Amino acid sequence: MNDMRILERDVDTKEVKIAAKNVQVYYGDVRIVKPEDVAKAVEDKRLTHAIKNVNVEIEDKTVTAFIGPSGCGKSTFLRCINRMNDTIDVCRVVGDIRIDGEDIYDPQVDPVQLRAKVGMVFQKPNPFPKSIYDNVAYGPRIHGLAKNKAELDDIVEQSLRKGALWEEVKDRLQSPGTGLSGGQQQRLCIARAVATEPEVLLMDEPCSALDPIATAQVEQLIDQLSKNYSVVIVTHSMQQAARVSQKTAFFHLGDLVEYGETGQIFTKPEDPRTESYITGRIG
Amino acid sequence: MSDASIQATPEQPKTTSLLVADPHTQKRKTAEKRFQAYGLAGIFAGIFFLIVLLIAILSSGTGAFTQTFINVPVYLDPAKLDKKGNRDINDLKKVSTFGYNPLVQNALFQIVQDAGVETPFEKTKDMKALISASAAAQIRDVVLNNPDLIGETVDFRILASSRVDGYLKGRVHREDLARDKNIDAEHLDIVDALLPSGVVRKSFNLGFITGADASESRAEQAGLGVSMLGSLFMMFVVLVLALPIGVAASIYLEEFAPKNRITDLIEVNISNLAAVPSIVFGILGLAVFIQFMHLPQSAPLVGGLVLTLMTLPTIIISTRASLKSVPPSIRDAALGVGASKMQAVFHHVLPLAAPGILTGTIIGLAQALGETAPLLLIGMVGFIASNAPDGLASGLLDPNSAMPAQIYEWAKRADPAYYERAWGGIIVLLVFLVSMNTIAVLLRRRFERRW
Repeated sequence: MNDMRILERDVDTKEVKIAAKNVQVYYGDVRIVKPEDVAKAVEDKRLTHAIKNVNVEIEDKTVTAFIGPSGCGKSTFLRCINRMNDTIDVCRVVGDIRIDGEDIYDPQVDPVQLRAKVGMVFQKPNPFPKSIYDNVAYGPRIHGLAKNKAELDDIVEQSLRKGALWEEVKDRLQSPGTGLSGGQQQRLCIARAVATEPEVLLMDEPCSALDPIATAQVEQLIDQLSKNYSVVIVTHSMQQAARVSQKTAFFHLGDLVEYGETGQIFTKPEDPRTESYITGRIG
Repeated sequence: MSDASIQATPEQPKTTSLLVADPHTQKRKTAEKRFQAYGLAGIFAGIFFLIVLLIAILSSGTGAFTQTFINVPVYLDPAKLDKKGNRDINDLKKVSTFGYNPLVQNALFQIVQDAGVETPFEKTKDMKALISASAAAQIRDVVLNNPDLIGETVDFRILASSRVDGYLKGRVHREDLARDKNIDAEHLDIVDALLPSGVVRKSFNLGFITGADASESRAEQAGLGVSMLGSLFMMFVVLVLALPIGVAASIYLEEFAPKNRITDLIEVNISNLAAVPSIVFGILGLAVFIQFMHLPQSAPLVGGLVLTLMTLPTIIISTRASLKSVPPSIRDAALGVGASKMQAVFHHVLPLAAPGILTGTIIGLAQALGETAPLLLIGMVGFIASNAPDGLASGLLDPNSAMPAQIYEWAKRADPAYYERAWGGIIVLLVFLVSMNTIAVLLRRRFERRW
């Protein structure tokens, strides 16, 4: 894929997978009882308003890229989508995020079940210090996706194929996952994430620790995965966003500044801040 | 800055030679050298004292592992041991050790005469000072176990008295005998005469490791075995209680508990508890387990409970440290594929933290093994002469002592023979501690994973 072609890329109208409305994220060790106290706490600098009123609709079977300068809240917002922010004590999420119309912050929703549906790949490759096989098989095992060893073997193989890693590791499935190279580890993590058959795949700067060759492999992989999943990728590299995504959202200081077709964002941005960032004046 | 000012002061950079150290560098270098010298001096002082300690312990304590024995053929006289002649065990039991004493003394007197040793002693009773008071009991036990031996002459290896033992080990000197009521120079002459033939001989003393404590006057008989059992029972209690409770508490605090004032307070207090003097735990154990719960005094169960309380903070602190050292990315990875918090902890975090937890537990156990002060307060410093208990349950509830308490007890006693045994006990204790620490290091090496 190549930057010149981004304008010609056609985008189908697809159904909305994730709909976020008025999402606010606050960081701070403050107990808040009444909603009106929040503004005061933010004013007193006891709370940090990390995400301000984000509204976004992410489509199914599409790659959506979140771009923006460091600390703009794109990773924080990504982590809201599978409620990984729940593991951070001082993080508070307000607003409404729906996947297929279901509110994921509903008290009845078990974040564990949600995370099986919304897989995640992290910035730093983080394979378990176990064998390659066990790394991929862990998710299917705890969710009971395989009835027997043969089925599990099959899931592992399919996942590793989806992760474009099968050919490289098929002869050493029992060797430790931590012994692979950085790019292979990241692809192993992607294989691990797709093994649980998620509907959405969140990727938090998946290529930041990789060299250009491994990055190209992962990007190709993302392209393939978008046939089945809704992929949301956070990236620092605008070229990468332009290469892999169909939709792009630009975040700045906690605001979602602009969201639209990737081609449009990169060629005819509406907001002056987007233009400044893309042309390299801020960021 | 304006262009004008730059032109106004065309500063020439000073050129200094790299081969000559400027005063500032010189000063830094001396400071660094001085610091290194302090460090080295400290380390050498430490090594010196360690060597002194080891030499002192080994030179004073190795003697406890050998003991002087006398080999005597004793004629088990039926006229004295079995007056009715029916070999009935109940009749045999009526003859106390007083009945056996003359037999041993006769046998020794016979040997002395046969060897042609010139001695002013004419009565067999005069040989008493050479033989341990335990000899009669030793022979009586053999006879009661095997009454058929009566009427025969049997070779026995009996303990020499502690003075004879001390004489052979250089602890008792001839010039001190004037003040010693227990033994005379003539006795030592006999010992000297019997040495070449091997009748009196120093050899390895298994009894010191397996035996029970003995009375003040029978230092030669005292052993560490029973108190070792007491220590083992206590370690068993500590391991069974402290490891699961400590690990569960740390997992909860580290992984599940909300971070608020209450958990902060608990954390601070756990650290404080680790620094509480052990005697405080002793008096707590006395008040709660013995006076309130009426558990038996001097029992290893109570000792184990007290040591559990003492060890828990150590285990909790080290377990939490090793849980903390597991990178958070592993937790994220597990949660990211949809593991529950508990699955993330038990499948991924705990196995990675296990070597640290094991090491901490073993260090905690080693600390508990060497602890004396709390045991004094719950009465585990008693005189326990009974041998191995009847079973696990009674072993936990019967009065017992512990190795460090036994050593303390021996160190208190007047007879210098006990002084040697106290050092010997220290050697055994150190062997235990060093091997436990070695196991800790090996486990850590073996299971430590890199990521």
